Amino acid sequence: MLPAVVFSCFVAAAAAPGLHRVLKEKAGWILAAWALALFAVMASFLPLVTRGEEIRVAIPWVPRLGVDLSFYLDGLGLLMALLITGIGALIALYSSSYLKGDSRLGRFYMSLMLFMGSMLGVVLADNLIVLFIFWELTSVTSYLLIGYNHHEASSRKAALQALLVTGSGGLALLAGLVLIYLVTGSYEFTELMQNPNALLESSWYLPILILVLAGAFTKSAQVPFHFWLPSAMAAPTPVSAYLHSATMVKAGVFLLAHLQPLLGGTALWTTILTTFGGATLCFAGYQALTQRDLKKILAYSTVSTLGLLVFLLGIGTEKATQAAIGFLLAHALYKAGLFLVAGIIDHETGTRDITILRGLRRALPVTAVAAALVGLSNAGFPGLFGFIGKELAYMASWYNPSFAALALVAVLGNICLVGVGFLVGFVPFWGKPPGEHVLPKHPHEAPALMWIAPLTLGLCSLGFGLVPGMLDGLVGAAAEASWGAAFAKEVHLAIWHGWNWPLALSVLTFLAGIAVVMLRWNIYALRDAMGGMVQALGPSRGYDLIFDAVVRFSKWQTRVFQNGYYRHYVMIFYGGVTALVLLAMWRLGFAPSAEGPFELPHFYEYVVVGLMIVSLLVTIATKNRWTAIVALSVVGFGVAIIFVLYGAPDLAITQILVETLTLILLAVVIFRLPEFKGLSPRRLRGRDAVLSAAFGVVMMVMVQMANVIQVDPPISEEFAEISATEAFGRNVVNVILVDFRVLDTMGEIIVLAVAALGVWALLRFPQKHRRKEFNHL
Amino acid sequence: MNSMILRVAAQWLLPTLLLISLLVFYRGHNHPGGGFIGGLLAASAFVLYAFAFGVEATRRQLRIDPHYLIAVGLLVAGTSMLPSLFYGLPPWTGIWTIELGKYVSFLKQGTPVWFDLGVYLTVIGVTLLIYFSLAEDSYVEDPTN
Repeated sequence: MLPAVVFSCFVAAAAAPGLHRVLKEKAGWILAAWALALFAVMASFLPLVTRGEEIRVAIPWVPRLGVDLSFYLDGLGLLMALLITGIGALIALYSSSYLKGDSRLGRFYMSLMLFMGSMLGVVLADNLIVLFIFWELTSVTSYLLIGYNHHEASSRKAALQALLVTGSGGLALLAGLVLIYLVTGSYEFTELMQNPNALLESSWYLPILILVLAGAFTKSAQVPFHFWLPSAMAAPTPVSAYLHSATMVKAGVFLLAHLQPLLGGTALWTTILTTFGGATLCFAGYQALTQRDLKKILAYSTVSTLGLLVFLLGIGTEKATQAAIGFLLAHALYKAGLFLVAGIIDHETGTRDITILRGLRRALPVTAVAAALVGLSNAGFPGLFGFIGKELAYMASWYNPSFAALALVAVLGNICLVGVGFLVGFVPFWGKPPGEHVLPKHPHEAPALMWIAPLTLGLCSLGFGLVPGMLDGLVGAAAEASWGAAFAKEVHLAIWHGWNWPLALSVLTFLAGIAVVMLRWNIYALRDAMGGMVQALGPSRGYDLIFDAVVRFSKWQTRVFQNGYYRHYVMIFYGGVTALVLLAMWRLGFAPSAEGPFELPHFYEYVVVGLMIVSLLVTIATKNRWTAIVALSVVGFGVAIIFVLYGAPDLAITQILVETLTLILLAVVIFRLPEFKGLSPRRLRGRDAVLSAAFGVVMMVMVQMANVIQVDPPISEEFAEISATEAFGRNVVNVILVDFRVLDTMGEIIVLAVAALGVWALLRFPQKHRRKEFNHL
Repeated sequence: MNSMILRVAAQWLLPTLLLISLLVFYRGHNHPGGGFIGGLLAASAFVLYAFAFGVEATRRQLRIDPHYLIAVGLLVAGTSMLPSLFYGLPPWTGIWTIELGKYVSFLKQGTPVWFDLGVYLTVIGVTLLIYFSLAEDSYVEDPTN
């Protein structure tokens, strides 16, 4: 069932453009229905998962590498899968209205479904390599969706930035997973869980931890890799809500929660996670309050929340794990809702500038209700699920003797989050409506298809907030999966925990958050006063510097090695080969010697070689290019005769044919080139002579060496033996080409084909345009 | 080249050389030869013809654009792995009629020959595409002028 759930999304993705062609934006309804069906399927697993039954499906894939297409379901995977499919359904519905009439909507739906499948793959994979593949697929689909407005340079840049940052993290993650395999001998998560201490006790623990964290931190936008996420706001708003808030950016947090039983619980884990998570929480929280763009505010507050989740996982207690899971769920619900509200505001007013948006509650009454619900949940108001999440977080950080100081960090970060909740959920809707012509468009209530999504999310936040007990099973199962063992006391979510310090902290946070919103104009002033300091010092600048340096380096090396002059290419090539062969000889410690299994040649070999030498001298000395070509081909035919003399008829025939055709082609080419006008200066000719001689000598020595040194036993004898018996051919050379080494030959003929097309295109491409192209580069 | 001798010779040599190239291709499995050599030989036959009658006339004789020869050649070579997949063997494992039972065993053919045919066609296409591109004047002229 699990593979079917994942792969059906890919089928839906393939069908999406066709559906869109027939049904236009209504294709989104079908995809939404599909996602909802998957949601129902996943929800039906809930009783099994809460009972703790193992659900695992494995399809053999690459057994030799220990990679099976295996999926399994635990509470954590189920929680994520429900979020992915549930919010996915709302997003598909919302997009059908938000992007109505867009000609690329079919492509959008395709990428969206591809993402849904990939993300489900990440959370349901048992095999770590399978997890990694889906992990990378989410990066790719994210790239496609951020770059949706590909005609804008800023979108393309943001898409590439996201891909490069998460992609480099992905590479680190792959290295970490391979190390895990080398230590434990298995990629299957369920098998690793049989012996959870194997990695903790391994001497490779530190590198594994760092590599896995690099993957998780880049994906979940932790400082200093957070900058790609605010840039990713170039994507259409539904994408921001879905990928860059509710699901994909949680993949890193999911991975940490998933691997916590295997890697967590050490001092190192706690130190790194609480440091990075705490820094991200506070830094991004502050950044969120200084933004004017609704989406940027939400982006930074998402980064901030991701920091809080990492921070909670870092504390690494039972309570903290429960808090991380609870907060993750609360955040997915309210932040996706806030993004969708921001999308409606943008859609209906034409602006996302928080400083001019005011009093929209009359024009957009339903949206205002939805916004108030998700905004209050974000602010952690009692009665909404955000409050439960925050209480859990405060309990976890306060009632832990060793980390009580960390509660301060949590409070600081949460103050910013409360501020964000009010900024996006209330500020645009309350107050006096702005005068005419302040907003680019006259606002009207959005179509029902649009407000239904944030309203649903808001009502979920309200329902779960009022009766949190109904999530006990799901959150408990997810937290236990992340903890790796059953809890001593069953999870029980409740609004009222009595008069205690976390409650006081909640009240304090709430009031401080309101104060922050009141004082927001002062914050803007402070930001302006500090100028571009954050900008100049920020990691985003580092990314730009590295990016530019790489581009400059590649331009430089292209200029040096491929400057467009054929003689230069030849020189680089022969010089390079000579140097590499000399290096190899030096490392093998080979000294040329006169010894070797050479028979004394017959007189006719002297004649052939003498002829070749004479032709070579003619080639070098002549000033007529036709003479040079013909003389050079005499050398080639001489080689062919030598092949005949030493019993290699296949080679001889090939050599003769190739030599003939080369001669003809060269003649046709030379015919087009201007006559020799002058020769290169003496000094350059000297250099060329030295290079040619060096190459010739090195090749000669190498041939001799190949006769004397035997690194491995030759395979030619075995080939000769089995050629007739197993491959039914007596011509070993041909049997090698078309049977034993057929893949090489396939590659070679593809190279030939590409080369021919290259020649054709170069000659076909008009001269004038070519010049322009080059200047453009 | 406007030579009577060359023209008459080329007219006879083209079919003769093509037949020989097929022979060389086919006997390649047991004797010197094979797809690569056969392909080069066939291409040379057309190049010789082009010497006598020009590229246009040669194209007419060839009838197929070299691009298609390349494409078909790669396709033939690539699809020669399908039978091995059908039998659940690693790609391009040679499948021979001799091994398949009495109804087809008299053919004494196998997928390596099929693959070699792809090489043969690709080599002809590649050589002729390069030669035609270089030898045809119209290719270099800027059509926008």
